[in-house]
Amino acid sequence: MTTMTMAAALNAALADALAADEDVLLIGEDIGTLGGVFRITDGLQDRFGAERVIDAPLAESGIVGTSVGMAYAGRRPVCEIQFDGFVFPAFDQLVAQVARLHYRTGGRVRMPLVIRIPFGGGIGAVEHHSESPEAFFAHTPGLRVVTVADPQDACSTMRAAIACDDPVILLEPKRRYWGKGEVDTSLTADLDSARVLRRGRDATLVAYGPLVVTALEAAAAAEDDGIDLEVIDLRSLAPLDRDTVAASVRRTGRLVVAHEASGTVSLSSEVITCVIEDCFEHLEAAPERVTGYDVPYPPAALEDHHLPGIDRILDAVDRTLGRRSSREAA
Amino acid sequence: MSTTMSAGSTRSPRDEHHDPAPSDPAAPRGAAAPHPAAARSAGPRSAAPDPAEPDPAPSHPDLAGAVDQPLQVLAVDGTRRPEAQLDPCLRDVDEAQLAALFLDMSVIRALDDEAVALQRQGELGLWPPLRGQEAAQIGLARALPERDFFFTSYRENGVAWCRGVEPAEMLSVWRGTTLSGWDPFARRMATPQVIIGAQTHHAVGYAMAMAARGQEDIAIACFGDGAMSQGDVSEAMVFAASFRAPVLFFCQNNHYAISEPVALQSTVPLSHRPLGFGIPSLRVDGNDVLAVRAATRLAAERIRSGAGPMFLEAVTYRLGPHTTSDDPTRYRDETELERWRERDPILRLDRHLERLGAPVAQLRTEADERGREAADALRDAVAALPVPAPEALFEHVLTSEHPGLARQREQLTALEASLAPAGSAS
Repeated sequence: MTTMTMAAALNAALADALAADEDVLLIGEDIGTLGGVFRITDGLQDRFGAERVIDAPLAESGIVGTSVGMAYAGRRPVCEIQFDGFVFPAFDQLVAQVARLHYRTGGRVRMPLVIRIPFGGGIGAVEHHSESPEAFFAHTPGLRVVTVADPQDACSTMRAAIACDDPVILLEPKRRYWGKGEVDTSLTADLDSARVLRRGRDATLVAYGPLVVTALEAAAAAEDDGIDLEVIDLRSLAPLDRDTVAASVRRTGRLVVAHEASGTVSLSSEVITCVIEDCFEHLEAAPERVTGYDVPYPPAALEDHHLPGIDRILDAVDRTLGRRSSREAA
Repeated sequence: MSTTMSAGSTRSPRDEHHDPAPSDPAAPRGAAAPHPAAARSAGPRSAAPDPAEPDPAPSHPDLAGAVDQPLQVLAVDGTRRPEAQLDPCLRDVDEAQLAALFLDMSVIRALDDEAVALQRQGELGLWPPLRGQEAAQIGLARALPERDFFFTSYRENGVAWCRGVEPAEMLSVWRGTTLSGWDPFARRMATPQVIIGAQTHHAVGYAMAMAARGQEDIAIACFGDGAMSQGDVSEAMVFAASFRAPVLFFCQNNHYAISEPVALQSTVPLSHRPLGFGIPSLRVDGNDVLAVRAATRLAAERIRSGAGPMFLEAVTYRLGPHTTSDDPTRYRDETELERWRERDPILRLDRHLERLGAPVAQLRTEADERGREAADALRDAVAALPVPAPEALFEHVLTSEHPGLARQREQLTALEASLAPAGSAS
């Protein structure tokens, strides 16, 4: 176990994968000499060469499409999309090619790609640098969509994603890159399962990516008020581990789902629907969600109002518990 | 005739630069003046030459000199014309090879006609005929060894034929029984791409992977004139040039993207565009099977030598509709069609064989017989294509089935069982 940042943990996982398998390669913009704009690939081109850590031309469709061809030839490309808002030029290659080739060819052609996307807000960025595009991909059959939440999880999940024979969209919460934690770089995550990070009796709080840390902070704050929250990190957004969420709600009877992405037709829509289908009779209050508003990502000066924080999450918890909330106070 | 043009242009879609060489066999093929861009296209990396590497251009000094006038070996009347660049690649062509090319083109046309008939009779949902493009496809595919890998669009059934794909496999996608007719690795040909131009990236990536492994295989990206406007094709050329990928860009300019004339995609010959990416190109008469075969060999040899990608524009013409759902009489006239029927690729080789004194009558009979047999066999095989079980819906979404999908599969099975007539076996 070593203490390291999430950025260093991701770098270690990538380095280990490159060292372990000749077919693994990295491709993206500025990932070579510069080491990536977030330095996630720092030093890897020096160590593994320009043919395995490839600085790509500035064309996201090209990065993903070229990786498709490489996968046809047996390689295992790990693509870096520099920022969340830059993934859209690659949308066709992702949803019409990567997601479908295994299905289209009756299982003959595998697409063991990892598409790394730094995502989410909270860093005071300009437009197109704070997006949460996960629902587009979670809606697309044939893609796995996973998020990471802390250094250990980032390292273990990256290892699992590279080893996986399915295409994986791996969303990295950029505002958590510099958070530190103890990491055992030999661990590999289970891509199919959610994680129960905190056991609690009163309500289930579901989050993923950047809001996992926020959810744990909210649970700590709630404890001061005598409220015992269970916190679940979904980790895999597609496929969704609905059983872990339903098992929790059966015990707590209450559900709050939090994410940065806008709420309409989102992961919270899906999680709440699953809970209603799976354990409606165990619900003691209407499920709540705390999400980004249904607006394009706002200017940085307003993002703290837009992003779910501890206060908004606890306000929703209060509503599920029948306690006085902001809506009654108004 | 539509006069819709790109902004500001007053050119006719049938401008001379979109037509192949003059049909008068006596007229010398104009020694194509080098295009201004030609000087910059001497090598794939001419913008930043590496002094340590020999310039690959000298072995093919005229490589970029023919970007305007399509290279031609067989004139429309079947006479063989001298062609300095292509002749060295045709030394091995004998009468038996010409006969084989004639049979290939004839049989794939018969199969194509049969597919149209099957669609008209309701046996296929749709079919994209290749009539008129036989020389471009057969000339290309017969020039390359089996190890090279094709990434094509959906009209390249001539290529599929050369790759040993069963005709019923070609039609299965259009009958709706599967999304992929064959094993891409067994045929060295990817499942034909429906999204225009998307496969060009795949060819480049495949080629880069082959080069990284030190293998000599090249990849071929087949696409049409319409694809030239897709961003993916431009991006693919950027990647191919920057990484010197061993890839052949093969553009069949059949003059139309459904109804849109090629002049809407480009106001200069399509073969000019790669030069701006640093990719040398040749424009070849796509209805001349020998010219296509020779140009492909020339390009493949250059690519395999490590000189980087190359681009061929095969100027041809789609004699039929875009698909069986299309009505080409709405956008082109009989005069134009008549002009291109005269340039029919099979007719041209037939005339050439006749001029050579080959037993062409016998060959025609053989082509007819083989075509009829293949078409009859196709009709039977299509009728016998198995319809997958409903549960096949759920197979291969991921490499392993996840619980959510298993649940949906079980729900469908239960529903179907509940709807089955009482007493029937479940």
